[in-house]
This record gives sequence, C-alpha cells and structure tokens, in this order.
Amino acid sequence: MPRINVNGRDYDVAAEADTPLLWVLRDTLGLTGTKYGCGIAMCGACTVLMDGQATRSCQVQLDSIGTAKIRTIEAIAEDEVGRKVVEAWVEQQVPQCGYCQSGQVMAATALLTHNPHPTDADILDAMTNLCRCGTYNRIADAINHAAG
Amino acid sequence: MNILATKRGAKDLLASPMAEQALASIPAEGIANLSRRRLLGLGAGALVLGVLLPALPSRVFAQATANAVKPGTRVPAFLVIGADNSVKLLSPFVEGGQGVSTGQAQIVGEELDVNPSRFTVECAPPGPDYAVINGLRLTGGSFSTRSSYDVLRRLGATARDMFIRAAAAKLNVATDTLTTQDGVVIHAASGRRLPYGDIAAEALALEPAENVPLRDPATFRYIRQPVPRLDARDKSTGKAVYAIDQKVEGMLYAAVQHTPHLGTEPLSLANEAAVKAMPGVHSIHKLPGAVAVTADSWFRARKAVEALEVTWSAPAPSGFATVAADYSSQGLLDALKAETSTGVEAEKAGDVAAAFATAAKIVEADYDAPYLAHGQLEPPSAIARFNADGTLELWLQNQMPELFQSIAAKTADLPAEKVVLHSPILGGFFGRHFAYGSSNPFIQSILLAKATSRPVKVLWSREEEFRMDALRPLSFSRFKAALDKDGRPTALQVRTVGEGPTGRWFGAIFGGPVDSSAVEGIVEKPYAIANRSMEFVKFPHPVTIAFWRSVGHSMNDYFYESFLDEIADAGGHDPYALRLELLKDKPRHLKLLQTVGALSGGWKRGPYEAEGGKRARGVSMASPFGSETATVAEVSLKDGEVRVHDLWIAFDPGSIVNPAIVKSQVESAAALGLSSTLFEELAYADGVRQSSNFDSYPILARDHMPAVHVEIVESGAPMGGVGEPGLPGIGPAVVNAVAALTGTRVRSLPLAKAKFGA
Repeated sequence: MPRINVNGRDYDVAAEADTPLLWVLRDTLGLTGTKYGCGIAMCGACTVLMDGQATRSCQVQLDSIGTAKIRTIEAIAEDEVGRKVVEAWVEQQVPQCGYCQSGQVMAATALLTHNPHPTDADILDAMTNLCRCGTYNRIADAINHAAG
Repeated sequence: MNILATKRGAKDLLASPMAEQALASIPAEGIANLSRRRLLGLGAGALVLGVLLPALPSRVFAQATANAVKPGTRVPAFLVIGADNSVKLLSPFVEGGQGVSTGQAQIVGEELDVNPSRFTVECAPPGPDYAVINGLRLTGGSFSTRSSYDVLRRLGATARDMFIRAAAAKLNVATDTLTTQDGVVIHAASGRRLPYGDIAAEALALEPAENVPLRDPATFRYIRQPVPRLDARDKSTGKAVYAIDQKVEGMLYAAVQHTPHLGTEPLSLANEAAVKAMPGVHSIHKLPGAVAVTADSWFRARKAVEALEVTWSAPAPSGFATVAADYSSQGLLDALKAETSTGVEAEKAGDVAAAFATAAKIVEADYDAPYLAHGQLEPPSAIARFNADGTLELWLQNQMPELFQSIAAKTADLPAEKVVLHSPILGGFFGRHFAYGSSNPFIQSILLAKATSRPVKVLWSREEEFRMDALRPLSFSRFKAALDKDGRPTALQVRTVGEGPTGRWFGAIFGGPVDSSAVEGIVEKPYAIANRSMEFVKFPHPVTIAFWRSVGHSMNDYFYESFLDEIADAGGHDPYALRLELLKDKPRHLKLLQTVGALSGGWKRGPYEAEGGKRARGVSMASPFGSETATVAEVSLKDGEVRVHDLWIAFDPGSIVNPAIVKSQVESAAALGLSSTLFEELAYADGVRQSSNFDSYPILARDHMPAVHVEIVESGAPMGGVGEPGLPGIGPAVVNAVAALTGTRVRSLPLAKAKFGA
C-alpha cells in the first residue's frame, strides 16, 4: 500500500497505482480544498506543492509520489510565504467565485518561495492557472503586494 | 402555444414528425413543469418588473396575490441570531462570485444596525418568503441586488424595530429611550446594553411592524462603501465549500458517459461484466441519454464508466434536444442566413421604406456569433439522498431553488415539500445553473439514489460537461442602414433569426411573439436614428441552449455597435464623434461616452505608433440589464494575432451598494467578454461537439489579460444590474479597434478565426 506524506503526516493509501494525487487528496483524505477543474493539467485548480514545486495534482499518479513532501492549501498557514500570499489575496480582494483560488495561492506561494521579487514576466511565466472570473490582474497585484 | 405557432419558420431544420412532437414537448422540459402559482410564489402584488416580466399575463398576478406570505417580510425566515450575537442571513440568492452575499449583508446590516463583517450568508431553502423578484426567485439577470434592495432594507429596519421592542419589554422602558449600536440595544439613561443575541427569541416572535422608518441615506455607514467580501479569506485558504466538496454518510460516487449525439439512448453494453468486476465498482446503470457507474470513489467510477462499450441508438433528425448525425454549426448558420419567412416586429419607428427610398447610401452587413460554453471552473455535481422520513435531500448547483425542487419532486414522484434542497456556493456560473433539461446532473443523482438505495453523488468530468453544457446560442442578424447625403444614418433595419433562452425555458410564462433574449442589444438602443425596423424570426436550435453572462447582449451589442462603426465609416464620420452626435439628446449616455473618452486619455482612433508597433482604438456602448456602459479598447497585432492592451469602461448602474464589488464585477465581465471575443467557439460537426476540454476550447489566460480601467458613474437612475453589463461592450470595442488598425471588419466571432497580416 503506497504511503504518502501530506501536510507533514504519513498516510497509507488503499488505491490503485494510477490514481491521481488529486483524487487521493479529495476523496480518500477528505482534503477538498484542492479542486478538480479539467483533469488534464490545463487549468491548475488542483495545484499543490510537491517538495516546494507547484504541481498539478491531477497528473501525479499515486505510485510516482514516493517520498515527496506534499503540501496542500489546508496547510497554507504553516508556510511562511503562504501566509503572506493569503494575506495579500485578502487584502487585494482577489477571489470572486473562488474555485480556482486554492490553486492560484499554491502557485503564487511556489513562485515567491523561489523568486521573492518576481518581475511581471516572471509572474506571467509562473502563473498559468486559469480563472474564469478573470481575476488575473488582481492576482498579479497580490503577488507584488506579498513580495513587498 | 407560441412555440408551436412559430416553429414553422424552422421547417428546413425540423421537418420530421418526431421533431413536431419534440417541439410540442418543450414546455414540459421547461418552466411549465411548475404551476404558475408555485413558480411565481406569492404576493407579487405591488411590485412591477419592467424587464424580466414584459409580457406577464395578468392572470398570473391574480393567482400570485391569492397567497398568504408576502415575500421578504417574515423576519425569522431571513435572520438567525445566535446567542453569541452572530448573525446569519438566509439569502434569496446564491453566491457564485458576484459578491451578492456581501452586498446583502451590507443592505440588511445597514438597517438592522449590524456590521456586515459579522454576517454569515447562506442561500435559503426553497420557500415563498424568498420570492423577492416580483414574486419570483432566481439568481440571474443581474437582478439580485436591484430587485431586493428596498425589500432587504425594510427587512433590516423591521427586524431592528423588533429588537428594540423586545428590549423595551425586557427593560420595562419606552422604545423611544432605546438606541442600537452594532447589534446591541442600548438604554443610554441607565447604561444598560442588551445584545440582539440575548433577546433574539423574544424579538423574532414579535409581530413585525408596518412602515418602520428607514435610515436617511446620508447617514449610511455600510451601503455605498467598499466593504470587504465576506468570503475572501475562506476562498483564499481552501475552506469555502462548493457542491463538489459535499459528502454524506454512505454515499456512492457516480460517473457518467453521455451519448455523443444528443437525443440518442444507450441500447446495449458489450462488456458489462468486465466493468462490473473493476475495482470498487458497485453498479452499472442505463440512464436517459447516458450510462453511469457507481463506485466507492469517483476516480474508480470514472475509469469504469469510460471503459464501458456502449451501443447507442441511431441519431434521429434534428428536433428538440435531438441533434442529427449530420448537424453542424456551419449548417445551422447557413440555414439562419437562408431563412426567408417574415418575422415578427421587435421594434418599429418612423418610415423605414421611405428613408431607404431617399437614401444617399445604403450599408448592409451580416453578423454572426458562435455557440459558447460556460466554462465555469467547478464542474457540475449533485448529491441525492432519500431519507428515512420520506424526504429526498439534494445538494446541487442551482440558480433557482424552487424550480429544481419542483423538477426533483416530479422525478422522484414526491410532493415538492418532501424535497429538501441545499444550494451551496457556486464555483462560477455565468448562467450555467438554471434547469436545462438533460444538461444538469441532479436528475441522474435522483435516479441512481433510487436504483441503489444509497445516497449518490454524481460528478461530471470536464469532458462530460463539454458534452452536455447548455450553450449560448449561435446567433445571426442581418443589418441594413440608410445614410443621408451628409453620411448620417436615417434608417436602420435589422433581421434577427434564431432562438433565445428566455423563449426556450421561460416561454410558458414570459411568452410573447418576440424573444427578448434574442433581440436585446439590437432593440432599445439610445441612438437618434429616426426610422427603425427590427424583426425577429424564431428558428429553434436542436441543441440545448442557455443563458450565458449577459445573454442576448453577449452577441447583439457586438453586432449593432460594430455595424454602427460601419455606418460611420461609410458616412465619413469618426465613430466616436458620430455616437456623440446621435446621443446629443441623451444626457445619461452622452455623459458616459464623454467619461470613457476622458478615462482613456481623450478619444483617438488611430492607428498610431506605440511601443511595439501600431495600435488603434475602438469604442462601443451598451444598455444591458438596466445599466449603461461605454467602452474603449486599444489593440495591436502580434504575429497576426490581436493583442488587447487596455480596456477603459465607464459604467453607470444608476446607484450602487459596494463600489469595490461593482468594480471587480466589471473587470470580470470584461475578461469573459474578451475571452469570447478572442477565442471561444463551441462548434458542431457531424452532430458532435468539437471541443471536449480547455485544450480544445481555449479561454482567456493571463497572457491575454489586458489592463482594465473602470470608472463608476452614479447617475441616480433606477438601480441597474452589475454582474453582466460589463461584458457586451467589449466585443464591439475590440472589433472596432481591429477594424481601425487593419481595415478589416470582422463580422463573425471569435477573432481567432481571422488571420491578420503581421
């Protein structure tokens, strides 16, 4: 039975090897903050951190996770950069429907962790998650705000 | 009746006896499922709704007023005050990103004297108390705030009065010695304070007083302020709970595979036993137009259902919700263009024939726009559970609880009051979650829960959603204008052929020869063109059509405002100057046009040199949902592709509740308008949809997001809508800018189809 580490805890997961991490998180572990949007890594609603890298969990099979440390939006407050990102999101009033925002926050957290002062081009490169409410400009404002 | 009477215009498409029957069944699929009395709820009495209910028969009002509950008046139906002094508002409306929950808390909180930041807001269960849109209840049409503003102010004031009276009784003092402050009744003379939570039971049991005075707007503390959204933190931390996140004890997960040809049915399953043996599979089911697998996880259910080898019945000729094997969107467009029958009058003024007879110049053009998917990021899902007490409990996305309750009751053969319905927040909607026949999953969840005797959660994969989403209708209009010797328009003639969602889904109650949702944006434009003739020819679509953010305005304002630029070009006028002239007697519009001119740094059409090459600008105006917009777009070309740099939008909704939310809604509508203008098209070929996910249906991403500059103008006109009106002006402003830049007039969206010289 595969064992995975999510938000600092180990879980033994009774699921097929090809089960995407997204569905392990949502349906097996009950961590529904990570969202299903497209299932083909186009939208980024399912973005989590794997060893600090923004990763689209719909494309990560259970048997490929190994010892990678997974962090989801549920543990965002345990991440120093993540806390700043959340505060900036609230400050800039980013969310509308909010459905994509878990993934956006995770992607922004990964960006700012690796690149504390991103340029507009860096933000464009890193923040490829889709938002049907069109909050892209506010997301960029929030990232700049969090970068200080 | 109207549907049957007007279907003859569609004989090319819908010639078979089956189609005749299907057309006859349209009302049964739509809102006519409900008795009118039930739908319209209760006590519609005094209010008048000009836009939504243009042709509401008087008998409907007569039926409605026969009921006892006056919507929006029974305080306990709306407010739950906790012992901890928390305030929960049961809202008539569902939050889906538009910010209505925060706005409602501001309105109620203003009069109740509770800081809106202390509210929690939930979408109320079905019930007559919430039918506040003139006896109707729905979240749509950009109606929520403007329709409920007065009702909710009065509700808040009435509730505050009840708390004061309850406190007076408890403290044994006169009511006029009491004041309130943020949820606390205060007796200043003795310094005693009673939090609302301490007296909630007594207060809410009191008879509400009539005609409680409202606050003087000059003293407003919350209304008209940029109060932060109540849901911003939960939505930034993954804590917000959507329908897709719901789980109930003992529930099975279901995944479905729909027929690729709408209207066909599953006949046989070649490998049922093998699929049944797959891990976690509980059961396999044939459903109307679909097959389903239930399992102990959704991923297992999906894998299994997609492994099913299904033989489907042969596609029938196109009819209602029946798409023929050779159906194509191009074929439909050709048929709309070729249709020759005479339409019904949608707008008429002056003498068009005489104006054309004496015209110095005549301009003609055909415009079309494609089918669009909603593309809301949360896929459709629904949970159904039959409870031991004989009730059916549902968790589902919806914009109209009483309608869904009624359809669910019919599906389960239960009285409506036995259907308990939860309406979680929506992960985007844009019109997606009205009841659209087979385009909603809740009926499947009910059938599967019944068949398995277990609670069942149906979730549609993104691919199934692209297969089943109800679509913004493909649309077509033919324009013809007469110009005088000075190049000014003297007559405008428009022929619109097609079908709108209001006629399709609400025809039974809003019936009339003209479907407003097909012609809005073409009729009732503000320009001084003396002679006008707009006709509408109903031509039903075989595919499931839908409301889509800004509905008919989403294409019609593009058609009209682009054609107006063609008129300006043909007459040798600058398009901005021509609009100023045609609006010279319309102060509200004129001011808005001047405002957007100033906001964009002064009107200039171009082309002009700018960083990275030539740019040009386009302008447009729109009058959607009781609000007014004026838009300027700046574009350039990059590798033959249109790039939009800036959008300037002057927006006049009359008056507002929350300027920050208004602004974000206009930004959001602008993004969706630009997405549809640049990229979106859901095409049919060989009876099958050609897009199955966001890879084959591109939507706006960050790399095409322009700067959006919004200026709110409060003209003091009656409050208009906010969620949708920012959208319709985008397409024409962009297309007009492209024409100024390239000399190419794009009369068919999306722009991605056109190739421009680099």
